[in-house]
Amino acid sequence: MPSASELKERIEAALPGANVAVEDLTGGGDHFRAEIVSDRFDGLSRIEQHKLVYDVFGAEVGGPIHALSIKTSTPEGTR
Amino acid sequence: MTNPEIREFIQNAIGENPVMLFMKGTPHAPACGFSARTSACLNALGVQYSALDILPDPRIREELSGISGWPTIPQLFVEGELVGGCDIVTEMYESGELAEKLGVEQPEGDEPEPEPVQRQQAPIGLENRLD
Repeated sequence: MPSASELKERIEAALPGANVAVEDLTGGGDHFRAEIVSDRFDGLSRIEQHKLVYDVFGAEVGGPIHALSIKTSTPEGTR
Repeated sequence: MTNPEIREFIQNAIGENPVMLFMKGTPHAPACGFSARTSACLNALGVQYSALDILPDPRIREELSGISGWPTIPQLFVEGELVGGCDIVTEMYESGELAEKLGVEQPEGDEPEPEPVQRQQAPIGLENRLD
């Protein structure tokens, strides 16, 4: 069962330099919320930003990770 | 229905419905909080949209994610293009971008209230929300 700290480490590994906070919403290890600030998101649409994060977990999202709520932003702003 | 038939059905639904929501449950009886919140945003804007319940057959979700490259449900398409899931739709609703994209006025006042969640199985089919 994935933990919030494991998710945080994996996002940080995939997006070096990102500021990542992950919360286990239910304590059950399957509903998470991730807030990520990274300059990698610069110039990308929201869809593309969220896909970058989903791609870290592949088929685990929808499987063991039942729900992953994502909020992305760049260090400059919220787009 | 075979997988290619389901895929074609989904592609037609995306192509033919200007505002197309794939969700768990229906707008009247959403079966997941994320689907409830997403349809509540559309309801609050008063736009006409079509909704498809993905729960009756697991292949709907498989084929949909294959088409969109998006792993989770709900998924909102506008004019044939993926707009996003619950997080993006909620953010865009709050910022007024969703109203702008859909060509409607942003309502004054509170956040949309998600409708109560009741699990309901329905045959594969489109629901056209006209009220």
